Amino acid sequence: MIRFLQHLGKNTRTSFTKLGRGTFFLLQAISGVPSVLPRPRLLLNQMYSVGVLSFLIITISGLFVGMVLGLQGFYTLSDFGAEESLGVMVAASLVRELGPVVSALLFAGRAGSALTAEIGLMKATEQLSGMEMMAVDPIKRIITPRFLAGLISMPLLAALFSAVGIIGGQIVGSGLLGVDEGAYWSQMQAGIDFHDDIINGVIKSIVFGFVASWIALFEGYDAIPTSEGVSRATTRTVVNSAFSILGLDFILTTLMFGDH
Amino acid sequence: MQHTSTQDTLVGLFVASGVVGLLFLAMQVSNLSSFVEEDTYTITARFENSGGLKIKSPVSAAGVKIGKVSSISLDPKTYESVVQMSIYSKYDTLPEDTTASIYTAGLLGEQYVNLDPGGSDEYLKMGGKIEITQSAIILEKAIGQFLFKSAEEKK
Repeated sequence: MIRFLQHLGKNTRTSFTKLGRGTFFLLQAISGVPSVLPRPRLLLNQMYSVGVLSFLIITISGLFVGMVLGLQGFYTLSDFGAEESLGVMVAASLVRELGPVVSALLFAGRAGSALTAEIGLMKATEQLSGMEMMAVDPIKRIITPRFLAGLISMPLLAALFSAVGIIGGQIVGSGLLGVDEGAYWSQMQAGIDFHDDIINGVIKSIVFGFVASWIALFEGYDAIPTSEGVSRATTRTVVNSAFSILGLDFILTTLMFGDH
Repeated sequence: MQHTSTQDTLVGLFVASGVVGLLFLAMQVSNLSSFVEEDTYTITARFENSGGLKIKSPVSAAGVKIGKVSSISLDPKTYESVVQMSIYSKYDTLPEDTTASIYTAGLLGEQYVNLDPGGSDEYLKMGGKIEITQSAIILEKAIGQFLFKSAEEKK
């Protein structure tokens, strides 16, 4: 019994200290922003590895998710004779939920794990300590550009995902299943509100980008500097990002769409 | 140097395609023009029952959308539903004796206000009131009446 309490206490203490270190780390990373902005080269390199390299997986997944939505939506809606509403259904589910959430999950798997592994290895091979020896702040030099790149790339990737998905839904819906193309777009335009749906979707994706890059960078920076430690940190990044994204999505959805 | 410049191009392409995606969502998917507020003037109509009418429901005349519902409230004295509508300023020639009715688009579609222009020479202005209105048809009520009637006839 005492053992159990001791265990519980220890776990609580370590998770709180980790949370504290994480918050402190985040504040440091954000305070490095002014020193990164005059050097866009650092940011650009990271935009390449975080954004451009995720481009293909995001667009292809978006296309297929949209096509499946078109197919499934058509079968369900045709039971009610409402195939014409396919456009609204596909667009609303993509813009509000699937776009931000699925692209954030893919982002965490594709870019987040790479970031953790990269920084964890930098730590294990003592590159970070080496930088400190040369009076270069590793947070400003390494962490902040990556954090900013994640924050900027995420909303762009989510928008791409939704846009490609809507086109995919249109390909299947009006190309294969015979929904009228005009009805697909006009019902969509009537049903989707710029402020309520699209802006809220963009806000969601910014929040997810923030959280996913924060977790990935912190897990890498906080990893035990051994090969096993880095591999564990990478796993934790993907698991924790997925949990936080899905949990936050529920909270954000309640706040944004709750009053309808 | 070759390497960094291709990288720059790719980053530029990525950002541009992301922005194009956002623009596509804004223009093609959500019809941004309804977000940009057009000049409107407000008119009011009182209905006995405004049914499932909501704020932002369309207002149309002869099937053309000419505005939207801006507020719905209950008159505390007469227990009527007071519906305010914003009509686009370019349609400023609605006669004073226009009638307003609440219809449903399709069998289960959303409800909208339909304006039938009358023959008066005076036009409705900002804050104008529509006197002749027809309430929403409540499906349950209609079915109830129908059942009641057919039961009466059988007796």
